[in-house]
Amino acid sequence: MTPVTVTMDGNTAVAHVAYRVNEICAIYPITPSSGMAELADAWSAEGLKNIWGEVPSVQEMQAEGGAAGCVHGALQSGALTTTFTASQGLMLMLPNMYKIAGELTSTVFHVAARALAAGTSSIFGDHQDIMATRATGFALLGASSVQEGHDLALIAQAATLAARVPFIHFTDGFRTSHEYNKLTLIPDEQIRAMIDETLVWDHRARALSPERPFIRGTWQNPDTYFQTREAVNPYYAKTPGIVAAAMDRFAGLTGRRYELFRYDGPNDAERVVVCMGSGAEVVRETARWLNAKGEKVGALQVLLYRPFSAEHFLAALPESVRAVAVLDRTKEPGSPMEPLHADIVGVLADAVATGRRKLMPRVIGGRYGLSSKDFHPGMAKAAFDELKKPDPKNGFTLGIIDDVSGTSLDYDAALDIEPENTVRCLFYGLGADGTVGANKNSVKILSEGPDQYAQAYFDYDSHKSGAETASHLRFGPRPIAAPYLIRHASFVACHKFSFLFKRDILGPARPGATFLLNSPHGPEKVWAELPRPVQKQIIDKKLRFFVIDASEVALRIGLGPRLNTILQTCFFHLAHVLPPDVAIAQIKRFIKKTYESKGEAVVKLNFAAVDAAVDALHEVAVPADLNGVALPPIVRPDAPAFVREVTAEIMAGRGDLIPVSLMPADGTFPGGTTQYEKRNIAVEVPIWDPGLCIQCGQCGIVCPHAVIRAKTYPNRALDGAPGGFKSAPVNARGYPESRFTLQFYVEDCTGCGVCVENCPAYSPAGDGKRAINMGEKFPILVQERESIAFFEKLPSPDRERVNFANIRGVQFLEPLFEFSGACGGCGETPYLKLISQLFGDRMQVANATGCSAIYAANTPAHPWRANADGRGVAWANSLFEDNAEFGLGYRLAIDAQTRAARALLEGVKPAVGVDLVKALLESRQQSESDFFAQRARIVTLKEKLAAIQSQEARRLETVADFLVRRSVWIVGGDGWAYDIDSGGLDHVLAQGRDVNVLVLDTEVYSNTGGQSSKATPLGASAKFASAGKRTPRKDLALQAISYGNVYVAQIALGANAEQALIALREAEAYPGASLVLAYCQCIAHGIDMRTGMKQQARAVASGYWPLFRFDPTMRSQGLNPFRLDSPRPRLPLRDYIYRELRYETLTRSHPESAAEMLRQAQAAVLENYRIYEDLAARDGGRFLPHWEDAPK
Amino acid sequence: MDLSTKYLGLDLKHPVVASPSQLSADLDGVLRLADAGAAAIVMASIYEEQISAEEIRHAALTDQGADSQPEAAGYFSTREDRGVLESRLEILRKASERAGVPIIASLNGQSDAGWVGFAQKLQQAGASAIELNIYRVPADSAETGAQVEESYAAIVRAVKQQVSIPVAVKIAPFFSSPANLATKLAGAGADGLVLFNRFYEPDIDLKTLTPQVNLHLSTPYDIRVPLMWISLISPRFKGSIAATTGVWSGEEVVKYLIVGADVAMTASALVKFGPAHIGVLVSGLRDWMERRGFASLDAFRGRLADHRRAFDAAALMRAEYRDILTAGYASVIR
Repeated sequence: MTPVTVTMDGNTAVAHVAYRVNEICAIYPITPSSGMAELADAWSAEGLKNIWGEVPSVQEMQAEGGAAGCVHGALQSGALTTTFTASQGLMLMLPNMYKIAGELTSTVFHVAARALAAGTSSIFGDHQDIMATRATGFALLGASSVQEGHDLALIAQAATLAARVPFIHFTDGFRTSHEYNKLTLIPDEQIRAMIDETLVWDHRARALSPERPFIRGTWQNPDTYFQTREAVNPYYAKTPGIVAAAMDRFAGLTGRRYELFRYDGPNDAERVVVCMGSGAEVVRETARWLNAKGEKVGALQVLLYRPFSAEHFLAALPESVRAVAVLDRTKEPGSPMEPLHADIVGVLADAVATGRRKLMPRVIGGRYGLSSKDFHPGMAKAAFDELKKPDPKNGFTLGIIDDVSGTSLDYDAALDIEPENTVRCLFYGLGADGTVGANKNSVKILSEGPDQYAQAYFDYDSHKSGAETASHLRFGPRPIAAPYLIRHASFVACHKFSFLFKRDILGPARPGATFLLNSPHGPEKVWAELPRPVQKQIIDKKLRFFVIDASEVALRIGLGPRLNTILQTCFFHLAHVLPPDVAIAQIKRFIKKTYESKGEAVVKLNFAAVDAAVDALHEVAVPADLNGVALPPIVRPDAPAFVREVTAEIMAGRGDLIPVSLMPADGTFPGGTTQYEKRNIAVEVPIWDPGLCIQCGQCGIVCPHAVIRAKTYPNRALDGAPGGFKSAPVNARGYPESRFTLQFYVEDCTGCGVCVENCPAYSPAGDGKRAINMGEKFPILVQERESIAFFEKLPSPDRERVNFANIRGVQFLEPLFEFSGACGGCGETPYLKLISQLFGDRMQVANATGCSAIYAANTPAHPWRANADGRGVAWANSLFEDNAEFGLGYRLAIDAQTRAARALLEGVKPAVGVDLVKALLESRQQSESDFFAQRARIVTLKEKLAAIQSQEARRLETVADFLVRRSVWIVGGDGWAYDIDSGGLDHVLAQGRDVNVLVLDTEVYSNTGGQSSKATPLGASAKFASAGKRTPRKDLALQAISYGNVYVAQIALGANAEQALIALREAEAYPGASLVLAYCQCIAHGIDMRTGMKQQARAVASGYWPLFRFDPTMRSQGLNPFRLDSPRPRLPLRDYIYRELRYETLTRSHPESAAEMLRQAQAAVLENYRIYEDLAARDGGRFLPHWEDAPK
Repeated sequence: MDLSTKYLGLDLKHPVVASPSQLSADLDGVLRLADAGAAAIVMASIYEEQISAEEIRHAALTDQGADSQPEAAGYFSTREDRGVLESRLEILRKASERAGVPIIASLNGQSDAGWVGFAQKLQQAGASAIELNIYRVPADSAETGAQVEESYAAIVRAVKQQVSIPVAVKIAPFFSSPANLATKLAGAGADGLVLFNRFYEPDIDLKTLTPQVNLHLSTPYDIRVPLMWISLISPRFKGSIAATTGVWSGEEVVKYLIVGADVAMTASALVKFGPAHIGVLVSGLRDWMERRGFASLDAFRGRLADHRRAFDAAALMRAEYRDILTAGYASVIR
């Protein structure tokens, strides 16, 4: 049989096997494993069959805990069942894993191994999650490459059926799960041949059945539990042998041989480095390179980590070895050794003690690669070198500078061991420009031939808008085993000119490399526009330098921001990988493959881009003079020291070099760092026309990135204003001699255009102009910088005088959430900005994991900030599944400390004054002036306390700030509120404590790529509901209303901003629990994000998203607490929903069911509205029966 | 009573055909029209530029956020997605399989390649015939009438070379010599004519000073122009003729048949009254035939076509026109 080779990523390689050997997949999205679940879901929807000719069922659950429970139940009922997960997801599965293992149940969990959330969280790869499962009783089988991931997935399945011990099969998250590499596919016949059908029958026979009933999962007592636990021992003892046998059988079928412990190196090696996962490939390649230089070193890869077979390990490790370094990709604070290190020390010690081995080698251990920290040959060599030393460092680290504990080893960051015939290319792109997508095609083109191999890996920053991507592409005539970033590239492409000013793009360029720059400046003019360090590198390294104005070509052709095809063509042209006509033909073939399903017009457009690319490409004659631009500082010079030393370094792409001493040990970081980023990602920005502006505030309220600021100030404050500074007379009555300025922070703007769409002030000239219009940024940039600097010095509006009750007034309140990395046109961030304006200086936020945690806290960009007085938003993220409870914890602690403060005040009353204490205790704390006065009292109190020598005074000083009413906000998306923490949220709402819950409802899991949640509406498609969700969204509001004492509101800023403002203020003022459901448009809806606010208005007009407020305080006044704030549906649902791709797609893919779902959804909307209308029409005196209303 | 007729070589049970409207845009609508008894259904027009624009818009929305951040390669499950054109073809495919009556695809191309390429795809998807809805505004003053007409003929020739199913051409009445154009189109291979499509007639909104491009439903009064031209063209045109515009009752159906049409098409009445209105039209026709004692359509079809006065048609019509004007408005309004 001719082997089929394909190029795919690790997740696809694993899922390909997992899907074929299972009947049920119970899943929940979590990075970086989501791709496996999504593929399984898509295949199931397409009707792809497993090896038994059945289409596996894919069931999305509400959490990983639920997924594990569902897996457990399915296994106990006899189905072959799997799940895909990582990190926190795996943590949530732990309790069930003990059960599944304890019951000796055959299953394989496929894990893309990932870091765990500790002081800080990370989505990237290491083995912390895997190591946390060691005690569950699951076997642990780890792959080092995409091919291994594919193969071991099958070996694990075959072994678990025979062993009855459940398996975790893992690849390294991102490094392997997301790496594209060429692999040989296991044909379905071989998959079938690996699975012993009789073992499947045995698995079924062990399942629960009323036909042969038994009891499983009993509760045992001191007399028997222990023995039951020990009874499993023989199964674990047999497992290594079973795995080895499966590996042998696999080798017989495929020719690819695996061992439990793979040793590469001479039989008389003196030094060996032991490693697991993708790091093993690096160690192996480095050892080979060192041996070629005459050293005697070996690499030992642990494939089967649990059950750990001492026998196999000892057999694999040559007797000659005198020193061993064990590399752990994990961290166990406080442990004497990391886990793999400890196991190997123990096994060797026991072997020596029992005479199975003569000499005990020196065994040192080290940590590397946490959170996908790149692990490259320089580091592996450092480990080998360390073993040469007479007193090698134990507990070392690789890849960081540890100037605190001194653990780090020095390494050669520039070591290059790759073969000359591996071509290495680096592409720096902007998130939206398609660079990554193009390289996903390139890697396939470059690996199509029998002797062609290619590998691609993609490195992203975590901004949702304007993210920087780096594509690392290798190709050559031999298989590529280099799971690390490219540091020596013969081709470097920079697809965004401004990147040259931010990071060292040419650092990895080898001498003589080709440099391709997408530049608005042509070949004659570009040189003078380059930063001087870039010029120097081009000259020093003798780079060949090419420019293309790909953005112009794309615009001309109609491709918009997508530069991928143009630049990909240039790459093939310059890299001379293939003959030019073959390359063009190949690119076009892949374009057809990629875009055919999207239509001929899209294919033609991309063909046109290919044809136009080479003509627009120019070589630059490199001059000898360094006449370029000086590199500006990454952050402004007056930034705080931490921002300059840490934040700026991370922004510049030098985070790897920040020493441990500069990093906060407990995860505490300063907020407000986005102000230093100045990402300049927008080409066009809003430009204000003061003459047309009606100063209504409608632009600022919808701006997702808080780049629109308003101030009023006396005329005289304009003295010294820079030339281009804009202002207008205040158009409200009662402000003579005052000016109004709307300042746009153009360097922080994403250019989404939402403000322009929302501007109601049209030019009477009928030219379609409004008071804000999009215009090119570049010509106004310098002037706007000056204007912003002047604007910031203008007096800020006095919060006590601002009218909080309307949008016009709110625009003058300073946002304490600004310039986040959220998508352009994000529907969530305007709400966060609004609450920061209203309550920011006394606000404490509990934020669920999800988009709002990423754009709010992805280091170094932190948008929550303090005001000029140093007060602002205190923010923290606990987890995804516990956020409501986390926020309740805030409240309990605040209340306890407030009670303490109030009690202590009584004690110091004689010393600080009766009147002050009375005023402090009785302060109403509702209006801004109340807070202002209370803060002034606290200052006075603290001054007086300072003079009192007592323990009570000292104690009161620590809690005095709690005398200001603190505003607790529990924030998260619908995935959090409707699914993973629905139980917690329900419990917290039921407590009646003063917390404010804001649900940023995008109706999908936005952060992980648009998976269905219980908020996903009937008839919308989403991942895991690709044929359309068949049930309506959960009515969370009615659930909360049923408690009777929860304030509940549903809002949509784009439909009725005033109502949203009222609701948020009422919610905050309500002394019990409040729940606000906010409609948020999202790119996962498939709309032009510029029109997002209009889409909100349509959602409300159609009756799909009624606006309402349920205020329990109204009941005490004999009024109906439920007020419906939006009119009856006046827009057919179809006119709202079919503007969104998530619905529209179904009319094409499943037209009949789409029509049926539309009818159902329309009926549901009308019925739902009727329910709300009935509620609103009730007599206030007899609303809902409620315990508080019981007759006295 | 025999109401059957032939149109584009297709055997129809009666001469009432649903012409393109939003009703015939989706499968459900097509099946409702078929259930209501339409003899054939012309599906909503496929506009080449609309398909292209939709495809590009769709691709841009799907690409939004794709490959931009580590947690999501994209936001849509594109494996399930079906292209804009493909989805329209799928509706045609299913409609052709399920409707039980001929499904005619209507095509409005923009480029030469589009006319031909789309027509081939429509044939592959199972269309019984294709209606080329040729519609362009010759805004270029340098373009002559002859050039415009030739461009129509060229489209028909090109399409006919590539498809084997019957092809009808739907044109507007505003030509110097529609009868001559009909002959040219027949020469180019047209199997039938659909007379006429309704013209883009913008109004102006005086509040906003912007053009208003809405289209009102036709009225029975609107049958007069097609009625005249069908009476003039039908005797000399060898292929089929479909009359469209203004068919609101059986009366208009009868009138169109009398001047020589093979079928009468309606959209406006169906949009207003729903698909069941087809039954009203058919029974109106049947009632009239019963009253007049006609047993089949052939018994009266073409009776008032002008083949009996072919050579003096122009003179006759000029005389009728003169009489109307000279008799004053009273006679007209009466």
